[in-house]
Amino acid sequence: MTTIVTDNCLLCRFTDCVTVCPVNCFHGDDEMLYIDPEVCIDCSACVPECPVHAIYEGEDIPDDKKEWIQINAERAPNLPEIDGKQDPLPTAEARKAELGY
Amino acid sequence: MSALGSEQNPLRVAVVGSGPSGFYATEALIKSGKTVRIDMLERLPVPFGLVRSGVAPDHPKLKQAILVYDKIARSAQFRFLANVTVGRDVTIDELRAHYHAVLFTSGAETDRRLGVPGEDLAGSHTATEFVGWYNGHPDYRDRVFDLSQEVGVIIGQGNVAADVARILAKTVDELKHTDIAGHALEALAESRVREIHVIGRRGPAQAKFTNRELRELGELHGCDAVAEARNLELNPESLEEIADKNNVVSAKNVEIFRSFTVSPSGKARRLVYHFLKSPVRLLGEGRLERLVLERNRLQGPAFQQAARGTGETEELPCGILFRSIGYKGLPMAGVPFDERSGVMPNRSGRVQDANGSVVPQVYCAGWIKRGPTGIIGTNRACSVNTVGSLLADLPNLDATPKAGADALYPLLETRGVRVLSYPEWLTLDTAEVERGKPKGKPREKFTRIEEMLAVLG
Repeated sequence: MTTIVTDNCLLCRFTDCVTVCPVNCFHGDDEMLYIDPEVCIDCSACVPECPVHAIYEGEDIPDDKKEWIQINAERAPNLPEIDGKQDPLPTAEARKAELGY
Repeated sequence: MSALGSEQNPLRVAVVGSGPSGFYATEALIKSGKTVRIDMLERLPVPFGLVRSGVAPDHPKLKQAILVYDKIARSAQFRFLANVTVGRDVTIDELRAHYHAVLFTSGAETDRRLGVPGEDLAGSHTATEFVGWYNGHPDYRDRVFDLSQEVGVIIGQGNVAADVARILAKTVDELKHTDIAGHALEALAESRVREIHVIGRRGPAQAKFTNRELRELGELHGCDAVAEARNLELNPESLEEIADKNNVVSAKNVEIFRSFTVSPSGKARRLVYHFLKSPVRLLGEGRLERLVLERNRLQGPAFQQAARGTGETEELPCGILFRSIGYKGLPMAGVPFDERSGVMPNRSGRVQDANGSVVPQVYCAGWIKRGPTGIIGTNRACSVNTVGSLLADLPNLDATPKAGADALYPLLETRGVRVLSYPEWLTLDTAEVERGKPKGKPREKFTRIEEMLAVLG
């Protein structure tokens, strides 16, 4: 099982997910967040928190998002840990509307 | 006098309870930028609350949250005072005298009652007792469950109900390499339970299982999951609910239930889901034999549908029953408590009395603050919120330097309380892991307090 952040997070970066992570497994760059699969315990707490449904777990990961499994695993460990709520990106609300949420 | 939270006058906080909320509150205090000293009091000799004694033994990955708590516990600002019962060994007033703030993270330790006749018949149990028993919680070590019965019933459709169902449904081979308590594994090996009914008062679209847990119930080696297609028909309001983009979990649950309707493959056990039914009476001569269920219908707009009885009833033979309809907190002497909701009345974690006035110095987080909702991580956000309130209150707290545990240790010693430390837990931890090795288990828990104390000499 793997839990991942996907491209819906780009231009949003709401960071609501981070507040309920029991193990601080979220890392981020300026654009989006990533989950460190070595630390994540697959508890699913973050999945319903994302306002734009960017987070998928295990068998719910759609085929066209599978590339993000590797991207999360590669990028997360090399980026700073994000362990608290931050302001969303200025483009977040527009992006959310565009995504239909 | 130096400012509270400074090097010269550290903010001293007593955290009561060592489950997830207690550790997340500790983490938030340590990360606050203030100079803090946190003493965590725990009534058992062992830490980690429901991560140790609630999370099911066959979910080892979830228990890795303990790695985070262990790191927090090793902080220089933290002391662990285990085997100390607040309210009995030390009073709340004493804690208020020796700390700037007292933060309750004592959870919800008791079950809600069904409130129906026959509830206390032999054979009728709470999920809490069963979960505590198979997880080796000392309070439930000596409970006896008559697993010679063929039909078991679980009332409730949340994740605790799912855990109970899974433990009853799994084969010994599926459980023997987990950290399930030895006494429970022995009893489950002799189990004759063949049919497990899981009863929900509302419909499949309102079941509170997470997708992962529900899916897991359909993938057991020795047990078929069954839901009758006609029971999975949804009313227009429920269809509206699962069509909502923000309600993906329920939509997927319904989809998983539908996968259960395919004809069973003839495994030794059957797990049957019932919807729109409420228990109205437990019947039996001297012990539980039958359960009377009333059929419900849903009433109200989408997302606010409530179950209403139709008056139509049916009987289900059953020999053992577990109630899993929610937990309630227990009151703490000297601290306001809302009996109805089972929580400490509070505003963002600041405990309030019956008149709505804030009780100085007293805070709460986790299930004792908001009730038994959410999963492990939900408590992190909850504890961060409470610590935010506490930090905002700093200018108003009495800034007199406090002694914290340095004052408690002698007090507890005169009362004959044997306070256990975090290093002592680590000794118990190592011993448990060692005991597990020959059995191929990640650990074999100590399940009696005397046993734990004896290991520590």
